[in-house]
Amino acid sequence: MADPSLSILVIDENRARAAIIEAGLREAGHDRVTLIHSMAGIARRIQEAAPDVIVIDLENPNRDMLEDMFQLSRAVRRPVAMFVDRSDSTSIAAAVEAGVSAYVVDGLRQERVKPILDMAVSRFNAFARLARELQDARDELEGHKVVDRAKRLLMKQKRIGEEEAYALLRRTAMNRNRRIADIAQSLLTAADLLGDDL
Amino acid sequence: MTTHRITAGFMPLLDSAILVAARAKGFAEAEGIDLSLLRETSWANIRDRIAVGHVQVAHILGPMPIACNLGLTAFAAPMVVPMALGLGGNAVTVSNALWTLMEAAGARPDLAPAAAGRALREVAARRARDGWARLRFAVVHRHSGHNYELRYWLAACGLVPGRDIDIVILPPPLMPDALASGALDGFCAGEPWNTAAVMHGSGRVATVKAAIWRNSPEKVLGADAAWAEAHPDALDALLRALHRASLWCGTPANREELATLLADPAHVGCPADWLLSALSGELRTGPGVTARVPDFIVPQASAATFPWKSHALWFYSQMVRWGQIAHDPAATAIARDTYRPDLYRRALGPLGVGLPAANAKVEGALTRPTPVGGAGAGLTLGPDGFFDGTRFDPDSLDAYIAAQALSDSAQTA
Repeated sequence: MADPSLSILVIDENRARAAIIEAGLREAGHDRVTLIHSMAGIARRIQEAAPDVIVIDLENPNRDMLEDMFQLSRAVRRPVAMFVDRSDSTSIAAAVEAGVSAYVVDGLRQERVKPILDMAVSRFNAFARLARELQDARDELEGHKVVDRAKRLLMKQKRIGEEEAYALLRRTAMNRNRRIADIAQSLLTAADLLGDDL
Repeated sequence: MTTHRITAGFMPLLDSAILVAARAKGFAEAEGIDLSLLRETSWANIRDRIAVGHVQVAHILGPMPIACNLGLTAFAAPMVVPMALGLGGNAVTVSNALWTLMEAAGARPDLAPAAAGRALREVAARRARDGWARLRFAVVHRHSGHNYELRYWLAACGLVPGRDIDIVILPPPLMPDALASGALDGFCAGEPWNTAAVMHGSGRVATVKAAIWRNSPEKVLGADAAWAEAHPDALDALLRALHRASLWCGTPANREELATLLADPAHVGCPADWLLSALSGELRTGPGVTARVPDFIVPQASAATFPWKSHALWFYSQMVRWGQIAHDPAATAIARDTYRPDLYRRALGPLGVGLPAANAKVEGALTRPTPVGGAGAGLTLGPDGFFDGTRFDPDSLDAYIAAQALSDSAQTA
C-alpha cells in the first residue's frame, strides 16, 4: 500500500529510467517524488527534498561521495539503513542484481519502504530489458551492414559472386564457432589494417 | 582437478594488477580456478556485491573491510583480509595554480612531503588571512588509505583538516576535471588518476604515498568471511594464484606487458604508457617533468602481499584519530582480526614462500631494506618509514592514539 506521506528522492543520471520510476511511484500514490539527474549542488538539493527514501542506480560513481555526505550531514535526517531489511537477503540481492540501491532514513519501518524498493527494482529490470532489446535490434542492424560490407570485399578480392561470398562467411563462422557478423568484422578490420580499400 | 568458480570485484585502477594478471596470465586457471572479474564503479558497489554474494572476493581499500566489520558502513557482510594486493601507488596532486603558490613558498619538484606540506600550510594561512575560502582536497573514500595518509601528512605539517583545509569525497575519474575547473585544489588518489591530471595539464604531483609512508598498505583482497570459512580449498588456491600473479607483476621485464594488459578497456582503460610510468617508478609529475620514486608501487617485494596486523591496526588508529570510531578493546580486536595472516600462511607456507616470522611489525622501524628471519625462502622487508620519523608500535596502540590526540588538540587549541 502506498504511503503518500513519504518523500522519495530518485538519483539517476539516466533521465528515461528516472522518469519510468517516477511514473511508477506516482501511479502507486506517491506524490512527493524528486528526481535528480546531475550531481551539481546535490547536497543542497537533498536538503531541500528532505527525503525519507533515496533510490540510486548502482552505475552512479558518486555513491561513495553520497554515503559520506549522509554520514556527515546534520541537515539531512540520516539516511543510513541501506536496504529495507538485512534479513531479507533475497530482496537485497534482487535490488543489486537489478542495479539499484536504496537509502532509508534511520528509524523508518521497513514495511513502509519495501513496496517502494520492490517497485524500483521491477522498473529497473523492465528498463534494462527494453534497453537490451533496443541494443539487440541495433546490433542486428549493424551486423547486417557489416556482413554486407564483408561480402562486397570478398566479391572484389576473390572475384566471386554474392552468394558464394556469403557462403564463405557462413562456413568460416561455423568452422570457428563464431557469429557471421564477428567473422565479417574481423575480415574488415584486417582489410583496414592492410590498407585494402573497400 | 576440482574447479573452483570465483568471481572477484575490482575497480579500474593500477593496483588491480594482481587480480587482472591472475586471470589473464593463466595463474588462476593453473590452480583450477574459473576466475571471473567484475569491474565496478564505486567502492560501495564492491561492498554490496560481497554482501549479497555476487562476488566472493574483491580488490578493496585496505581500511574498508575493517570499517565494514566495525559496523561503520551500512549493510555489509563480515569480511576477512587474507592477502594484501601490494604496497604504495598513491600520490597527492594539486592544481597548477596551487602548485605555483606552493613552489613560491618552498615546495620542490622532488616530492619531499615536509617541504610541500610547509609550503601548503603557508598558502593556507595566507588565504585565511586574506579571507579566502579554505582550500579543498578530495579523496576517494572516507575509509581509504588515501584519506588517512593525506590527513597524516597534513597534520604532521601543522594543517588541521576541517579548519585549515577541507577534505571531500569524490570519485577519482572526476578529480582531474575538478582540478582544472577550480572546483578542487588538490586530491589524493591512486593511479592512473594523478598521471591523468598531469597529462591533461590540470595538475602537478606534490608528493607521493611512498614518501609519506614508505612501503605502506593500500588495496587488499577482501573476502566474504562466510565464503572463506566454507571454502578453504578455493581460498588457498586463489591465494596461490594471486601469489604467482604478484611475482609476475613484480618482475620488471613484464612491466610493459602488464601495462598493455591493464590498459584494456575491460580493465583500467587508459593509455598503457600512463600505467608504465607509474609501474616503473618514473612518475610524471608535471608538464615534461618526471621524478624517480623509489617503491612508488610495490606488487611483490618486501612481503607486499602479506596482510600485516600492524597495517590493520594503523588504519584503525586513524579511524579513531579522525573521529570515525571510539577507541575500545572490542573495536581494536575486530580491526586486528579482520586481517588474517594465518590464512596467508596456510595457503602459501607449503609453497616455500618467504614468510615473516611475526604477524605484526613496528611500522617505521626500518630505514633501509632489511633481511629478516622467517619460514621459507629469504625475505627482505622495508624500508617502511614515515616521513616525520615517527613509529607505530602495534603493541603500544593506546599510547600512539593518545599521542596523536594530544598533538592534534594542541594544534586546534
